[in-house]
Amino acid sequence: MTATTAAEPRPPHGEPSAGFRCVLAAEWTKLWSLRSTVWTLVIGALTVIGFNAGTAYEDYRHWPGWDARMRAAFVPKWAMLDAFTDAAALGLMVTAGTIGALVIVGEYGTGSIRTTFAAVPDRRSVMAAKATVVTVVTTALGGTVAAASFGLTQAILGERHAGLSLGDPGALRVVVASALLGPVAALAGLALGALVRHGAITMVTQSVLLFLLPMGLSDDRYVAAVVDHSLPYSAWTRLVQVGSAQPGVHPWTAAGAWTVYALWAAAGAALALIAVHRRDQ
Amino acid sequence: MNGLSFTVRPGHVTGFLGPNGAGKSTTLRIILGLSDPTSGTATVGGVPFRNRRRGLRHVGALLDAGDVHGGRSAAAHLTALARSNGIPRRRVAEVLEEAGLAGVTGRRIAGFSLGMKQRLGIAAALLGDPPVLLFDEPLNGLDPEGVTWVRGLFQRLAAQGRTVFVSSHLMSEMENTADQLVVIGRGELIAAESLAEFAARGVRTAVAVRTPDPAALTAALAAEGAAVRPDGEALAVTGLTAARIGELALQQGVLLNELTTRTSSLEEAFMQLTAGSAEHLAGERR
Repeated sequence: MTATTAAEPRPPHGEPSAGFRCVLAAEWTKLWSLRSTVWTLVIGALTVIGFNAGTAYEDYRHWPGWDARMRAAFVPKWAMLDAFTDAAALGLMVTAGTIGALVIVGEYGTGSIRTTFAAVPDRRSVMAAKATVVTVVTTALGGTVAAASFGLTQAILGERHAGLSLGDPGALRVVVASALLGPVAALAGLALGALVRHGAITMVTQSVLLFLLPMGLSDDRYVAAVVDHSLPYSAWTRLVQVGSAQPGVHPWTAAGAWTVYALWAAAGAALALIAVHRRDQ
Repeated sequence: MNGLSFTVRPGHVTGFLGPNGAGKSTTLRIILGLSDPTSGTATVGGVPFRNRRRGLRHVGALLDAGDVHGGRSAAAHLTALARSNGIPRRRVAEVLEEAGLAGVTGRRIAGFSLGMKQRLGIAAALLGDPPVLLFDEPLNGLDPEGVTWVRGLFQRLAAQGRTVFVSSHLMSEMENTADQLVVIGRGELIAAESLAEFAARGVRTAVAVRTPDPAALTAALAAEGAAVRPDGEALAVTGLTAARIGELALQQGVLLNELTTRTSSLEEAFMQLTAGSAEHLAGERR
């Protein structure tokens, strides 16, 4: 079909050169103008910090009952694990993944995606802006909860002279790896949301990929270990291990784990852009 | 859509009419680059819309008043749209004022009535001061004051030299809104012309006559070459003017109780033209 609307060329408001910056500003406004964003971030952050502080407090309470051998084994390995617990890692991934999924699923669910793309016909720039905004926000979230958790847990353990400082070997890696779980999960959520477009299905798929799969896979068999090691949660568990002693039959390097992070983030952003480009809206 | 081709010109309010399911919304979505046609192109000002960086400055569109996130306030919704196109923030207040929403800028859209959402959608279409405006069923849910406002607004926008394209499935809505018409049915073009031309297609002037002696009058009128058919208690006469029928009745000494000229309405012209293409007929057996 052919439909043409002829228009007399009229100079609009005098187009400023800003392009992507404008789209970015719009996505920033959209994210923060929803109450659910603030609530998700606040509840997520408090949950994550609470998990870690609670675990550290338990160890603080049990400390007097431990013998010298246990106390010696506690530092640095267990002290480091208290800095960011498994539950906290999952909590951060849920929070950040939800933020990432919501910025796109919320648009498909309400139909506002059509309003968005009618205003900015270059869909990929919209998705690039969404990816940038959720990356910035969830990196800030991850950084805040990881730093706060480390400070708080080690201060609690410090009361028993079992706390670590950021200067201790591996400590900074724990904080950074935990913080970056935020953007990695958020970009995965964004990509899934853009592909699936449906809120509930997106959240279920995300849970399977990010949380259930790494828990269900055994590292004993080679294929299962390869799949497991390609998941962000497993990469995080590798990165928060202190020292070189590797449990499991198929050990892997920290560099490999960082690569998994990078690939998930890059693939998530790329998929989000590709998913909206061709399909009808 | 099937071989649909038409041009909408600036300076006019063009009504886009067709029965439910005729393809009006699909056409608008294709113009806006939201759906891709299987073949063919849609351009605005000669350029495919998806090549534009700032859509709102080229085309202002209201596709569906519900295409908004209910969790945002009217002001936040418009502010985000304005920022995405580098439109100064004062335009947000201006269009909210124009749409009569100045009092509810901070309220969440979820609490808006359909009429308020229509106003918000129209406000969004105006944001970028665009030369082309597309509205899909903008009068749905509007109160009489809102309908009057929309009609005045569309005419002002057209008078400013803009292209205003308004879809509807009701001819009666377009009668006082548009001066040009594009009519489609089942994805095919039925008419693209001025409202006056379109109205002329449907005009079949008939004269309604009521008399206590229909047999005598029918014979007299038939002798003059008129077609007469019973229409309830009256007779529907075509082929003669009311004046001539009155003369003939007087000559024959037949009493007339009523003598009325009836012109078929635009609505009837629309119904006739689209009758063959309506997708969903009431009571239709499948």
